[in-house]
Amino acid sequence: MRRYDTRDIAVQYLAPQTMTEAVQALAESKGRVHVLAGGSDLLARMKGGYLEPDVIVDIKRIKSMSVIKKRAEGFSIGAGVPCIHMGRHSALKKAWPGVVEAAGLIGSDQIQGRCTIVGNLCNASPAADSVPALFAAGAMAVIQGPKGERIINIENVVKGPGKTSLKKGEMVERIQLPVKQARSGDAYLRLTPRTEMDIAIVSASVNLTLDRAGTVTEARVALGAVAPVALLVAKAGKALIGTQLDDEALETMAAACRDACDPIDDKRGTIDYRTRVAGVLATRAAKLAWQRAGGK
Amino acid sequence: MSLLIETTVNGDQREFVCEADETLMDALRNRMSLTGVKEGCGTGDCGACSILLDGELVCSCLVLGAEAAGRTIETVEGISDGDELHPLQQKFLEHAALQCGICTPGFLVAAKALLERNPNPTEEEIRYGLAGNLCRCTGYDKIVRAVQAAAVEMNGES
Repeated sequence: MRRYDTRDIAVQYLAPQTMTEAVQALAESKGRVHVLAGGSDLLARMKGGYLEPDVIVDIKRIKSMSVIKKRAEGFSIGAGVPCIHMGRHSALKKAWPGVVEAAGLIGSDQIQGRCTIVGNLCNASPAADSVPALFAAGAMAVIQGPKGERIINIENVVKGPGKTSLKKGEMVERIQLPVKQARSGDAYLRLTPRTEMDIAIVSASVNLTLDRAGTVTEARVALGAVAPVALLVAKAGKALIGTQLDDEALETMAAACRDACDPIDDKRGTIDYRTRVAGVLATRAAKLAWQRAGGK
Repeated sequence: MSLLIETTVNGDQREFVCEADETLMDALRNRMSLTGVKEGCGTGDCGACSILLDGELVCSCLVLGAEAAGRTIETVEGISDGDELHPLQQKFLEHAALQCGICTPGFLVAAKALLERNPNPTEEEIRYGLAGNLCRCTGYDKIVRAVQAAAVEMNGES
């Protein structure tokens, strides 16, 4: 990682104790400034020579950012919370099993001890596991910056591979999940060539709310790894509303998912394969979400 | 930017100086001579540099040395009780669960963390639990058997 030859000059490490200090450090630092949360992307990219930060701002000393909190507006997950803590949080797991499972699929136990969902989001990989689940859940990103706080829909954070809408000096402080509705459930499924330690070639997440009769009243369907950014497929969600997940509704949803796909074509998955599997995974995720919502 | 870091390693108070972008793996190996921490990939894929940081299993190549300030670190060097090997170390020997040995410290640290969390893992749980550790010699079977045998011994069933 260290380059003893060329630029051994003064890479700075800052570990602010408060949000205000962190925002100030991000806004006032010159050069390439990077937030260090879990480091599982940042340090790997530094090692590979893809990134040479001038300033590293470690946010894990900020206590408020290292906790999962149940607020009036729902669960809040700080940017410094490693994914393994989400898996151990039984109330969060019960409310948002799809989100927690998606976060739990990122890397090995070693990676789980470090990686964060905010990092997963801001790294802006098209195949990020937690992102489709957060889309389906209807999560918000709470952003802190020199001009104060702004809260945006999670879909508006990532702009393209490796690109976010964050401005100079801004960082995502936490993810805000909505209050879990009665008779609702979410699920996340992904396809990987290997069973463990692999990256999704397609992923799908579905979040459903049912009425007392078991009819879908709200549905959000999201896909990962089939376009430059994760997709919230509004048409797919719409196809499920007012139904009890009959075969026809599921096929209409699957077709909407296939239509939304714009994947890459590589040795891990061809365009045709990724597109077809997107419909299959969305269907399975919908059935699982339905079950979790209490559908019979 | 050189930093003076105070931390606890295997129960001892330690101080070391490191650069701002120096990994904890490099600091453990080069500044504290804890060369049981191995570098395989340097990008979190192979698990050879596994340590416990505040009790959590992590790859030390994905942690900065500077992050260790005030925290507690456990490496493979702290696993045995003096000259007495930990049951995992003993079973790795008995089952020939290593050949070249580069991956072994990481496996031991990860397996110990696994057994502390789950004293009676199934074979599948062991394989998933150790999926973050790569071994190119053994084919994993002997490692899995050694971990199973250590679990039996640690549970006092042998």
